[in-house]
Amino acid sequence: MLLVGCVALLLSWTAIGFAGLVRPRSVLLTGRVLFPLGALLGLALAALAGASLLGGGVERLILPIGLPNLPMHLRLDPLSSIFLLLLGASSFGISLFAGGYFRVGEGTAPGLLCLQYHLFLASMGLVLIANDAYSFLVAWEVMALSSYFLVTTQHRIPEIRRAGLIYLVMAHVGALCLLLCFGVLQGGSWLFTFHAMRAAHLSLGWATAAFGLALVGFGAKAGLVPLHIWLPEAHPAAPSPVSALMSGVMLKTAVYGMLRVGLDLLGRPVWWWGLAPLVLGLFTIIYGVLFAAVQTDMKRLLAYSSVENVGIVFTGIGLTIIFAGSGLKVLAALALLATLYHCLNHAFMKSLLFLGTGAVLHATKERNLGRLGGLIHRMPWVAWLTLIGVLAIAGLPPLNGFVSEWLMLQAFLFTGRLPHAFVNLLIPMGMALVVLGTALAGYVMVKFYGVIFLGQPREASLAHAHDCGWLERIGLSWLALGCVALGLFPLQVIRALGSVTHQLVGAVVPQASSAWWLLAPVPGRSVSYGPLVFLMATLAVVLMTVLAVRLAYHQRVRRGPAWDCGAGGLTARMQDTAEGFGQPIRNLFQPFFEIERELPEPADLAPRYRIVVRERIWRLLYAPLVGAVEGLANAAARIQRGRISVYLLYSFVTLLVLLAVALLR
Amino acid sequence: MSAIDWITQVLEVVAAVAAAPALLGWLNQCRAWLQNRRAPSLWLPYRNLHKLFRKEAVIAENASPLFRIAPYVVFGTMGLAAGIIPSMGTQLPLVGSADAIALVGLFAAARMFMTLAAMDVGTAFGTMGARREMMVGFLAEPALLMVIFVASQISSSTALPVITEHLASGRLGLSPGLAFSAVAFILVLLAENARIPVDNPATHLELTMIHEAMVLEYSARHLALMEWAAQLKLFNYICIGFALFFPWGVATAHIGPVGLVVAIPALAIKLAVAGAGLAVIETLSAKLRVMRIPEFLGTAFLLAVLGLLVHVLLGT
Repeated sequence: MLLVGCVALLLSWTAIGFAGLVRPRSVLLTGRVLFPLGALLGLALAALAGASLLGGGVERLILPIGLPNLPMHLRLDPLSSIFLLLLGASSFGISLFAGGYFRVGEGTAPGLLCLQYHLFLASMGLVLIANDAYSFLVAWEVMALSSYFLVTTQHRIPEIRRAGLIYLVMAHVGALCLLLCFGVLQGGSWLFTFHAMRAAHLSLGWATAAFGLALVGFGAKAGLVPLHIWLPEAHPAAPSPVSALMSGVMLKTAVYGMLRVGLDLLGRPVWWWGLAPLVLGLFTIIYGVLFAAVQTDMKRLLAYSSVENVGIVFTGIGLTIIFAGSGLKVLAALALLATLYHCLNHAFMKSLLFLGTGAVLHATKERNLGRLGGLIHRMPWVAWLTLIGVLAIAGLPPLNGFVSEWLMLQAFLFTGRLPHAFVNLLIPMGMALVVLGTALAGYVMVKFYGVIFLGQPREASLAHAHDCGWLERIGLSWLALGCVALGLFPLQVIRALGSVTHQLVGAVVPQASSAWWLLAPVPGRSVSYGPLVFLMATLAVVLMTVLAVRLAYHQRVRRGPAWDCGAGGLTARMQDTAEGFGQPIRNLFQPFFEIERELPEPADLAPRYRIVVRERIWRLLYAPLVGAVEGLANAAARIQRGRISVYLLYSFVTLLVLLAVALLR
Repeated sequence: MSAIDWITQVLEVVAAVAAAPALLGWLNQCRAWLQNRRAPSLWLPYRNLHKLFRKEAVIAENASPLFRIAPYVVFGTMGLAAGIIPSMGTQLPLVGSADAIALVGLFAAARMFMTLAAMDVGTAFGTMGARREMMVGFLAEPALLMVIFVASQISSSTALPVITEHLASGRLGLSPGLAFSAVAFILVLLAENARIPVDNPATHLELTMIHEAMVLEYSARHLALMEWAAQLKLFNYICIGFALFFPWGVATAHIGPVGLVVAIPALAIKLAVAGAGLAVIETLSAKLRVMRIPEFLGTAFLLAVLGLLVHVLLGT
């Protein structure tokens, strides 16, 4: 019954989308009615998914839609449920925000945007409940196309069209790999339902091929280095609610796909498959966070931060597969739990941050960090809610980012003895990289928050910035609340996730403590974490400090100009710019970057300093690739003469060859 | 949880808060003696704090509420951290709720608030200090975690009191993995507490300063809290060192309440020795250029990772 409800909700999303076409230019209809309505449907979807998750059951449904004899198979199991929950819960906040965000005069008309947006939501939902390769790929393509149109909302700007094109190309490279992957997975039965794929017996070579194809296909969608290049292009181009949806939710559909193929359809994985996602994930963490640290565009910075978080998730997947393949079920469940928890966390944190940048963008028309600053005074709502997201994503207790980091580190720490010597050495190094990545994420977030919201405004126009509207405030608050709740009640979340780990790796993370507020996931070892007590103790100590200072001394305060060592003449230009704040990272990790510098001469009267950081990967990997494809296309053009007689000749020769083959057989 | 455990818990926090300025005073005294100067009084840091608390606070016009909240948060987190570290006893009621990873997270939170507050007024020095502090932090924080992880691999726990308990009951002497991480830990301790090879607490030279640059805009009680928090941080770090590498003298589970009587003087002696040791290190070394700090900390991080690898390889 829950599955029918889900399908009904997805259909209603589509219907809401089409309703936007009734009066495509009306902001009142789309913004005040349709988007909030879509948000409520998201909440309903989250509720249904939550019920299914707690029930832990599996529901199937066959809808006679599509080609003859190829009905649509749908299935709702714990794995789908958790991702549906993520989709519904975070889309509630995002849709509310979008209701206040989209206005007339920004490229695509609001009504059409409403259609694309809700089709995007519905297709993501369908990806999660599809139970055969056809419906999965159809939904996958609808998802890619609808998001492509959303990315190119402001299609009159050439850079945005280019970003859209890169996104579309990468999406299709990924989709092609998935097509091949499913082709391998059916294992000669020519049945494309997931049920048949589970039953198919693949040889080790073919199974490995399927796993590799899935890794490339889903990795391209998730943004695994080196397939991440569309992310930093598409995210700044898209309107902020769309960036939030793409980064917060769409990347997770790729994670869903990876888990579905790697741990469900392929049966019990081989342990060394896990090395690929582990190593790629670790590399992605460091790569993403380093590039995030040197960005000057706030949405590009967040896009690279998403790359980093995808790295963390894939590291978790790698660990899960290594453990599951080695027969360490409880550890595999712990790693999987950390992975899923991080997906949930990232959906809330990153959506919150992207929406925060959206509010800033609307208020200031500025994406460049070098022209922002001091917005905490003008936009207190956005600033303080974003601060929660910033602290969460930097992995600080007692917020949610810390919980998944903690779980991940526990999985790394108590690996124990794997039967493979070099993996035993790889694991501590992986742990070091994860920890380094988290610390660097803190650096990135101080830069992000400090440059946008703190300090003095770097431009005079920022004095007119205004705070966001009430719909946007509700949306942001919901996501911030999610960050806090996921941080404070991990035990409840983990209990709900138990059915997923049971389904995928056949074990549930045990609870070694009887206290309801204490997270103690490793039996036989005394490790635990109680965020509620932690928060209470922190608050108690801080409040006691405040009280003690107030009681023992006075509370006189005088406001004066900034001291600045008494030098005087302080201007906003003296603060660090985004380039300045990223300078230590740029210098330390120089080999990672391709840097173009324009330095002023000593005698310049109007000195100008310009620095551009690019990815080496464009020149080293993609330029040769594009060249090769162009060369192939030109070679193919040589036989395309454009004369009908030549084409007739080709047909004739083909016929002859085929006849010869038939005769020889 | 018996009453004595709660008493130990509260005592640890109170003692840390009360003794932290004295530790700094002692360190400064030792340094002065080693450098043939007349030593300032041991109580000078207290008088300084008292003086600052009495003054009227001046806050920049464009400071946001974050600027005023930060000193309390930084001080509070450092005080709480003192409660997590088993400096006197291992039977702490907070054990279950906050392990070593949470402790490092707590330090990171304090750092985050401090740097954000430094950027809040928008002065050149403030942002510079924030940037440098984060540069130190992004290497020091993982290094500290890796140091702790060696010990937690040995004792199968990430809770510091459990680690201490386990290590204290073992034989005397460090395991090879821990030896590497002990060196790494000293480097991290120097960097994190703005001591000499990394930062010079005695000068306000813009080319070199890190910690001082961040608190330049603070005055009166806010400055006092920031300074006190820095002293507490030093105290906490030294106590982490004791917990991991010199766990003897701490009141463990099977000793019981009597242990506390031994633990307090033991802690005082250990602190006095550690303070003198730090003074020696500071006197013997010269300040590094800011650009060299990442190398210094990179060494610490690599040593810590090496410690973990050695531990895994030897399988102890």
